[in-house]
Amino acid sequence: MQWFDLKSDRGGTIFLGLLTLVTLVVIVANQLIPAGSSLHLSTFTVTLLGKYLCYALLAIALDLVWGYCGILSLGHGAFFALGGYGMGMYLMRQIGDRGVYGNPLLPDFMVFLNWDKLPWFWHGFDHFWFAMLMVMLVPGGLAFTFGWLAFRSRVTGVYLSIMTQALTYALMLAFFRNEMGFGGNNGLTDFKDILGFSLQADSTRVVIFLASALALAGGYLLSRWVVRSKAGRVVVAVRDAEDRARFVGYKVESFKLAIFVLSAVLAGIAGALYVPQVGIINPGEFSPLNSIELAIWVALGGRGYLYGAVMGAVLVNYAKTYLTGAMPDAWLFALGGLFVVATLFLPKGVVGWFEGLSTRRKTEEVARG
Amino acid sequence: MAKGSAGTFEGSAHVAPPGEIDTRHGVILYMENVTVSFDGFKALNDLSLYIDDGELRCIIGPNGAGKTTMMDVITGKTRPDTGSVFLGQGTDLTTMSEYQIANAGVGRKFQKPTIFPTHTVFENLELAMQSDKRVWPSLFARLTGEQRDKIAQVMATIGLTEVCYSPAGLLSHGQKQWLEIGMLLMQEPRVLLVDEPVAGMTHQEMDRTAALLTGLAGEHSVVVVEHDMAFVRSIARKVTVLHQGSVLAEGDMDTVQNDPRVVEVYLGA
Ligand SMILES: Nc1ncnc2c1ncn2[C@@H]1O[C@H](COP(=O)(O)OP(=O)(O)O)[C@@H](O)[C@H]1O
Ligand SMILES: [Mg+2]
Repeated sequence: MQWFDLKSDRGGTIFLGLLTLVTLVVIVANQLIPAGSSLHLSTFTVTLLGKYLCYALLAIALDLVWGYCGILSLGHGAFFALGGYGMGMYLMRQIGDRGVYGNPLLPDFMVFLNWDKLPWFWHGFDHFWFAMLMVMLVPGGLAFTFGWLAFRSRVTGVYLSIMTQALTYALMLAFFRNEMGFGGNNGLTDFKDILGFSLQADSTRVVIFLASALALAGGYLLSRWVVRSKAGRVVVAVRDAEDRARFVGYKVESFKLAIFVLSAVLAGIAGALYVPQVGIINPGEFSPLNSIELAIWVALGGRGYLYGAVMGAVLVNYAKTYLTGAMPDAWLFALGGLFVVATLFLPKGVVGWFEGLSTRRKTEEVARG
Repeated sequence: MAKGSAGTFEGSAHVAPPGEIDTRHGVILYMENVTVSFDGFKALNDLSLYIDDGELRCIIGPNGAGKTTMMDVITGKTRPDTGSVFLGQGTDLTTMSEYQIANAGVGRKFQKPTIFPTHTVFENLELAMQSDKRVWPSLFARLTGEQRDKIAQVMATIGLTEVCYSPAGLLSHGQKQWLEIGMLLMQEPRVLLVDEPVAGMTHQEMDRTAALLTGLAGEHSVVVVEHDMAFVRSIARKVTVLHQGSVLAEGDMDTVQNDPRVVEVYLGA
């Protein structure tokens, strides 16, 4: 049926295919090809690619709320960071008595602060399953509370964006404080192992990379299923004509809340996978700038296209890695430039521009008969 | 009026079977002594209005008379300062939110045609269709054959079958007006509130709209706000004239048009 044809996801299929290919190549090139060979992929590169995958999942999360529901969250970095802290807390507790102070229960920074017992909210994080649950529940719960208050009072547009910025900024300030119990300024670091496997081992790194790839593919498929469901069409309807959706009988607030919470959970998972690869989580991850940068990835890739968000995240971060190496001072200017280019010339991002081209070609073919 | 039973529809009022509306007294919509003020200016001033079950009512009145505000009050967009609004005898609309009122059986067409522009015509109708509209059921909703037939049928009624798979944003102004009416039909409301449906339509389109609306009366109650007198004359049985937020005159078209107060308001004194 034609209606289903319109819904076919060529871009998404290409993306999933590429992701599978890259994942396989990375595993083979790192694990099976000996280090001396020119085809060998260093673990450093594997980890770098793994970071990109986490960013891509984060971009999908933002695209769900911004591209599909029209809610420009400029605080999504907060959910990412909270997920990261959840994982960080687990990794800290894994250190056990191997810390500088050798305290079997307390992480080093707590010993340093002369604390004599573990704060209540650190309990349970020695269990992997518990930490992973929190990685989803904490960002999800925060998104639920924030969204419930904001959407119910019908805060929209710029005001909502500013509130989300304020949210992540407030969290950053809070996490900077030593008394909060999250390591303050320095954050959580010096991780040793995960589930008993050394984080320094190449094989562990590759497995985390693989987990990131699976999370990205899973997040993509779940998001695609959601946006293609009737609920997804309602979400887009809310974006385009909120009042109409309301007067047609949808409780708009509930749909916004649902997509916002799902998005926060995905961001949290991305953050949790990010932390063992970079080896540190600190309050800087809550920086409002991070969230703005994230919005630029999505804008540039093409919001409203899930694989567009992925593409934006990978392209911009590749450029960032390259530029911060080649010309460290140029990066912020480049980012600003990209933003201007995206707003002025590519309102629908790179993917939207391509899709526009192919639609035009099809229309012309139809016209020619 | 039985105020005690107000709030029956609160909370879980997602799919209210239209049968639940109590119209034993023959009236489906009650507005009594409704006043709405914006910064001291009374857009509605002690307005009372009764719509019978199944009737087609035209509301006319100069710009700024309060016609759109009246619809806002009925559909929950604006809360009245004083007065009551009931659907049937039991359902107090002033305590319900927009989506609850919509699901209780009140459909609304806006003055400016409002559709979902990036969705196709088909999807617009699908989304409007009477169904369980909560998040979770929507996530798993699948169209049944019966529902597809229903969509096809409405699409034929509003003459948009040809453009079934076009994004609604690409339709002409008149087509958008019809699509919005079609969406109302999909909702299967008991009361349809239609704000200026023929604005921007050609004469032929107007005639079709007139036929459509008169055809709906009986099974539905239809309240039409319109400026175009020729159009009103072609469909109206009973006309209410609003002026400065209250009812100035009411009756059949001829009575109303010959009422000296109406003549004064429309032609200026
Ligand atoms: N939200 C609002 N704030 C202030 N004034 C309003 C608002 N809505 C309507 N009005 C005023 O109330 C009066 C009635 O408006 P409206 O109901 O739109 O009239 P009509 O639809 O009959 O042309 C107008 O004078 C309008 O300016
Ligand atoms: Mg009006």
